[in-house]
Amino acid sequence: MLLAFAAGLILAFLLVPVLALFLRIPPGDLLSELTSKVAVDALIVSLKTSVIAHAVVLVLGTPAAYLIATRHFRGRALVLTLIELPLVLPPAVAGIALFAAFGRTGLLGGTLEAFGISIPLTQTAVVFAVIFVSSPFYVRLAVSAFESVDPALIEAARTLGAGPRRTFFRVALPLATGGLSAASALAFARGLGEFGATIMFAGSLQGVTQTLPLAIYAQLDLDFDVALALGAFLVVVSVAVLLTVKLLPSWTRFTLISLAPSARFDSR
Amino acid sequence: MDTLHVDFARSLRSFRLEVALDVDGVVALAGPSGAGKTTVLRTIAGLERPDSGRVALGRKAWFDTEARVDLQPEERSVGLVFQDYALFPHLSVADNVAFGGGRRSAELLERFGIEPLAKLKPGELSGGERQRVALARALARKPGVLLLDEPLAALDSHTRARVRGELRGILGGLGLPTLVVTHSFEDAAALTDRIGVIVDGRLVQSGSAADLVAGPTTPFVADFTGANMLPGRARATGDGLTEVVLADGSLIVSTDQLTGDVGAVIHPWEIGIARAMPLDSMQNHVRGSIESLVPVANRMRIRVGPLTAEITAESAVRLELAPGEIVVASFKASGTRLVPLA
Repeated sequence: MLLAFAAGLILAFLLVPVLALFLRIPPGDLLSELTSKVAVDALIVSLKTSVIAHAVVLVLGTPAAYLIATRHFRGRALVLTLIELPLVLPPAVAGIALFAAFGRTGLLGGTLEAFGISIPLTQTAVVFAVIFVSSPFYVRLAVSAFESVDPALIEAARTLGAGPRRTFFRVALPLATGGLSAASALAFARGLGEFGATIMFAGSLQGVTQTLPLAIYAQLDLDFDVALALGAFLVVVSVAVLLTVKLLPSWTRFTLISLAPSARFDSR
Repeated sequence: MDTLHVDFARSLRSFRLEVALDVDGVVALAGPSGAGKTTVLRTIAGLERPDSGRVALGRKAWFDTEARVDLQPEERSVGLVFQDYALFPHLSVADNVAFGGGRRSAELLERFGIEPLAKLKPGELSGGERQRVALARALARKPGVLLLDEPLAALDSHTRARVRGELRGILGGLGLPTLVVTHSFEDAAALTDRIGVIVDGRLVQSGSAADLVAGPTTPFVADFTGANMLPGRARATGDGLTEVVLADGSLIVSTDQLTGDVGAVIHPWEIGIARAMPLDSMQNHVRGSIESLVPVANRMRIRVGPLTAEITAESAVRLELAPGEIVVASFKASGTRLVPLA
């Protein structure tokens, strides 16, 4: 009885605010607020920066994760820890760190300045911030996805004449698809919601660097209904991401069958 | 057929693995688990690197510390059948077989009778079917060497007996240097006549199954080989038993149902020794002179004709057995197991 009460209380505490987003004004008004200039600008900025950042994360993160998962090199544990560091770093620290590195007076800022490149307060800065917070998510989970592929299958591909590239594309990648998709969805959601590092490093300029979360913050005092509409929209996106992750195993179930007793090697 | 030359050394955790052997035809490497057998296969395939030595097929070196050669696994002409087969779970049977070489796959599917399974995924196959797919996949690449890691270990005992016979026929017909690794002496004996026994990283003895049973040079080999194996030809008798005509023309009877060329396997402790033909339930009798008497712990190992029997040391004393004396070795039909030698 007491247990049910505790469970009910915490569930209500989690759900009521989310429901309140949708119940405060009629659904029709929520939709029309989404077509306001500030909302559309934020949607475009968020979509553009998230897609670019996510593409970079996938293209660089996938091979990196495969390398870390399959090679046993010196300092591997250290590399993994360094990748995990941004996961636990407060977003404000990420923001100030990006400034320290790429700001005008930062570590690499001078070099970039010489090439006529200035990153802070631009859309590039948003992309940097998103990559900085979402790539560790993706890489860490992708390493686990590749680690769960039976090493005997990778070795079997090699003995069947497949070089490292063919082995990666025909065996490792398809077998890790389920885990990689989940990692990708979670990292995308994390990047879309990025706030602290972005507002410090990229600012909140409507139509340029003002992403959805930044627009919600900016509209809080100006037009509460727009803020509500953007919040409701992000809830819908988040639910979609969660469902994607939860449903993944059902259409990539074969990855689990493969992991029947993996090869036992005596004297290793 | 080129010969596979293997000669390498590698320090492992608890011992040093040193192997030198030439493989042309089917050779089995048998030994207890942890003896380094699998490491030998993985080293030949290029999945592990030895400290020093040479691996070559014919005149083509795959690994040679002196010549600084170390080919990648995909550059070695080798087919490796993994212990658990390591079939690609996301690919159909046909795609698995075609992975290493597309053109021969249709022919191999037909040859191994797995054509009807072509569209299935490995998860839908039985153990015996998986093994055939793994073998077909390894052969599709037209390898110069075939390596099999415990090919029978993943099968249940019923399937195992049947597959053992099939596999001997298939391997013998390939005309490839083939190295089979197994922890079971019986499996090794059923698959080939050339067996090397490996213990703690060293090849302690090699020869035919009969040689190893008859003349073990170390206590381990004596214990490992355990059983007698008498080759012969089996046919069913009217009363549900199987009659085996041995090479010397004598007859023995077994309760196993099998016909054709077989090995009759009898464990030494199933054999009794008597001074005269006994009147008891035993159906099989071999009369011969005692060739040797070797004490093994509290038992006496006695060689009579083609058989090795083990009786208690006490009984040997009571019967006053000595080399050269004529005795009768008897064993039950139900203690005589038959393995196919087709």
